[in-house]
Amino acid sequence: MKKLISVYIHIPFCAAKCKYCDFNSYDDIGHLQEEYVECLLQELDMYKDVLQQHLVKTVYIGGGTPTYLTDKLLARLLCGVRERMNIDDNAEVSIESNPGTLTKSKLTLLYQSGVNRLSIGVQSLDDDILNCLGRIHTTKQFIDNYSLARKVGFDNINVDLMFSLPGQTLEKWQETIKAVVALAPTHLSCYSLKIEENTPFYRAYEEQRLVLPDDKTDRQMYEILKLMLAQEGYHHYEISNFAKPTFACHHNLVYWQCQPYIGIGAGAHSFVHNQRYVNEMLPRRYIQKTKQNTRSTVEQKQISYHEQMSDFIILGLRLIQGVAYQEFYRKFNLTVGEVFPGKVDRYIKMGLMEKDETHFWLTTRGIDISNQIFIDFL
Amino acid sequence: MSGEQQNRIRNFCIIAHIDHGKSTLADRLLEKTGVLTQREMEEQVLDNMELEKERGITIKARAVRLVYKAQDGHEYVLNLIDTPGHVDFNYEVSRSLAACEGAMLVVDAAQGIEAQTLANTYLALENNLEILPIINKIDLPSAQPEVVKQEIEDVIGIEAENVPLISAKQGIGIEEVLKYIVEKVPAPEGDVEAPLKALVFDSYYDSYKGVIAYVRVKEGSVSPGTRIKMMATGKEFEVTEVGYLMPSGILSADSLSAGEVGFISASIKNVKDTRVGDTITTVKNPAKEQLPGYKKVNSMVYCGIYPADGAKYQDLRDALEKLQLNDAALSFEAETSIALGFGFRCGFLGLLHMEIIQERIEREYNIDIVTTAPSVIYKVSKKNGEVINVDNPTNLPPVDEVEYMEEPIVKASIMVPTEFVGNIMELCQERRGIYKDMSYIEETRAVLNYVLPLNEIIYDFFDALKSRTKGYASFDYEVIGYQQSELVKLDLLLNGDVVDALSFIVHRDKAYARGRKIAEKLKESIPRQMFEVPIQAAIGNKIIARETVRAMRKDVLAKCYGGDISRKRKLLEKQKEGKKRMRQVGSVEVPQEAFMSVLKLE
Repeated sequence: MKKLISVYIHIPFCAAKCKYCDFNSYDDIGHLQEEYVECLLQELDMYKDVLQQHLVKTVYIGGGTPTYLTDKLLARLLCGVRERMNIDDNAEVSIESNPGTLTKSKLTLLYQSGVNRLSIGVQSLDDDILNCLGRIHTTKQFIDNYSLARKVGFDNINVDLMFSLPGQTLEKWQETIKAVVALAPTHLSCYSLKIEENTPFYRAYEEQRLVLPDDKTDRQMYEILKLMLAQEGYHHYEISNFAKPTFACHHNLVYWQCQPYIGIGAGAHSFVHNQRYVNEMLPRRYIQKTKQNTRSTVEQKQISYHEQMSDFIILGLRLIQGVAYQEFYRKFNLTVGEVFPGKVDRYIKMGLMEKDETHFWLTTRGIDISNQIFIDFL
Repeated sequence: MSGEQQNRIRNFCIIAHIDHGKSTLADRLLEKTGVLTQREMEEQVLDNMELEKERGITIKARAVRLVYKAQDGHEYVLNLIDTPGHVDFNYEVSRSLAACEGAMLVVDAAQGIEAQTLANTYLALENNLEILPIINKIDLPSAQPEVVKQEIEDVIGIEAENVPLISAKQGIGIEEVLKYIVEKVPAPEGDVEAPLKALVFDSYYDSYKGVIAYVRVKEGSVSPGTRIKMMATGKEFEVTEVGYLMPSGILSADSLSAGEVGFISASIKNVKDTRVGDTITTVKNPAKEQLPGYKKVNSMVYCGIYPADGAKYQDLRDALEKLQLNDAALSFEAETSIALGFGFRCGFLGLLHMEIIQERIEREYNIDIVTTAPSVIYKVSKKNGEVINVDNPTNLPPVDEVEYMEEPIVKASIMVPTEFVGNIMELCQERRGIYKDMSYIEETRAVLNYVLPLNEIIYDFFDALKSRTKGYASFDYEVIGYQQSELVKLDLLLNGDVVDALSFIVHRDKAYARGRKIAEKLKESIPRQMFEVPIQAAIGNKIIARETVRAMRKDVLAKCYGGDISRKRKLLEKQKEGKKRMRQVGSVEVPQEAFMSVLKLE
């Protein structure tokens, strides 16, 4: 049986840059999209050997805004991808989208090209907040496109939400949750806003022009979210992720379980044979290098044994079910207690972790201050 | 040496308040006597240390030999002995003065006499020195030479009508000063044939030659090969080199004789063997008695010094050892704190001395340090009759074993413009001062004399003094003894654990206010932790103040996918680095700054 691998494809284009966003995405290089897509396929060709040896279990096209691409280019990309790898019949093929870039034809094309999981980044269902975030769409556009996607055939849809947003109250947040839940998506990713450097929000925050909910409210928002989603039958399976039974995102689980993946495109990361590779960030340079048929890797690092173990715990603790003792032992031939003596019990004593015979995991309070705990497992 | 040669020597020092221009004047004298050209001269030659130049203070005594050709055609040897200008170094000053026959009193034409100047002038008078007042900075628009002259006459009681009016900065009147020295400073006396008596007024450690003692030969003579004896310590050495202290360095000579100032080097390994004030004599033909005035200097103020990074412990020890080579007044011994780990309890002459050492460790040796609150030596009489000296609050015996405690007290004189007398009285009152008397130097300035507990002035008295007098007050003190006091040990607890490095001894009446303030300060400087941290101030088992550092609410990364993993890991590593700089006190992480923040409460 062939080994399994996952593939991530990065699309660095956006119609407009959101004010909180520090991702590798640009709203002024739309003219490069055709060249860029060709380069993605060319880069995949460079992975020919690896891809031949593996069975691809998930594909994730993220951004930026993948649906910013024209229908023609999306079709070219999806066909090209399929030609270049053995995609498992049960594979999860996801694509991220912005509700302001979706049309019936695009949705149909995606569905017919084998995309079976659609992720819609709406962030909020409050038009004032959407406007403040610099989003290009309205709530109505989202709802219309959501229904359209359902109609086209998508039965696994994720919705991205954000909380702790400027001007957001606990009530407004609850309304957003309610409205989203009414649509019954199979998956929800909900992120607490983080002010990142080099964003308009950062500058506004520094100049005290941005009024944000305090940490107390932030945690209340998180609590109410968990409560409401649990009532609706969503399973909280990662710090920021919720899914109806069997709908957890397989691709993202690959990251949290330290399984291998290949990242294609500008700034994409790969993790293969315990090495991490990072591609050239800037699309222009990525294109330049790839056209010369050379890999645009700018960083390559062997992950030490200790770092592998540390990553396994840190990423594993992001999952609500926590880390399986057996799994750790199977992978590293050492027990958690041997590598990190006394730590789990110490955090259990502090009320930040819990354990049973098979797993140990973070408590609610443990999640709230998880970085403090992760530091201890570096 | 012939009597005529002795006649052409002038040994003198300069007494001046900080900023009144001592170093600048010294430089001008050097320049004028041609030992260094202006171009060759680094500004302020005598203050060697960077720190001295920056702060404008002299930390160590130093001497320099100048040759001046007077108008009578003869060459005179002028030995200028620089003195530290701060109350902490009182004893060193007195020994430097004892090496001279005259003292130049430099007074700022705009500011007049200050407390420290006055104290040193009295010291000079006690040593029978000829006082030569000089009024400096006459180029300042605010200069009032006539007023200052009157002040000199009124306060010191010496005739000041014809004193030189100079500006060292502008080079005005320097020749006049040189003439004045030759005329007024008496030539040294002393029998060249008598048994050797040489007064040590400073020493420094040279890595090639060992300790070099700066001496003033009072009687007899000394040359290489002589076996010498330190009269106070009884140690014996063989002289390897003698010579003069030139501005450009040392200059070997065949011998040093009565009346001369110079150096003796004798393969001495430890500065402690050449104590300031000691008398050097010869083994073969020893002097009957040593020169008067020697005393062993004792540390007055103590504090704990710890490396900020525990791994630098050995570096800190090396630094202290090196500093001690040149500073016999610095004492240290290893100590351990539960909160701060391995460090040293260090003893100093006073607050300035302490600050200087702390700063030199950080700057010259590049070691970040954490210091604990300064302490004095308390005498603790126990119920079992035992009396112990306590310089570290942690070592104070339990309350029920203590019969009573005594603390050192000082006689303080504060010179201040009359408009601030009220403020000073208030300040001294707050600091448990007992008013002794007040006198007016002139219509607008007064000297206040107080008896104050030393532990009240080692924190921030000087800062308070300056801030309540717009910087016009000057201050001098001298330890006069011990008095019984109602003292208690105040402990600070974090999450229920006593932080030994924060404990201190304080008068019972002030414990509450101090405890509250420190608890507040700690609350500001301790970051939120994973759990709530109570901060308590306690006397024995009694809690007298309480604050709480609330638990951290949130420290979580919302997103962590493939491309985020290495970046987020770097962030976590950075966060961990930050934590490393914190001290683990029980379960609480305390930043270094927290230990320092309690030192400045106002």
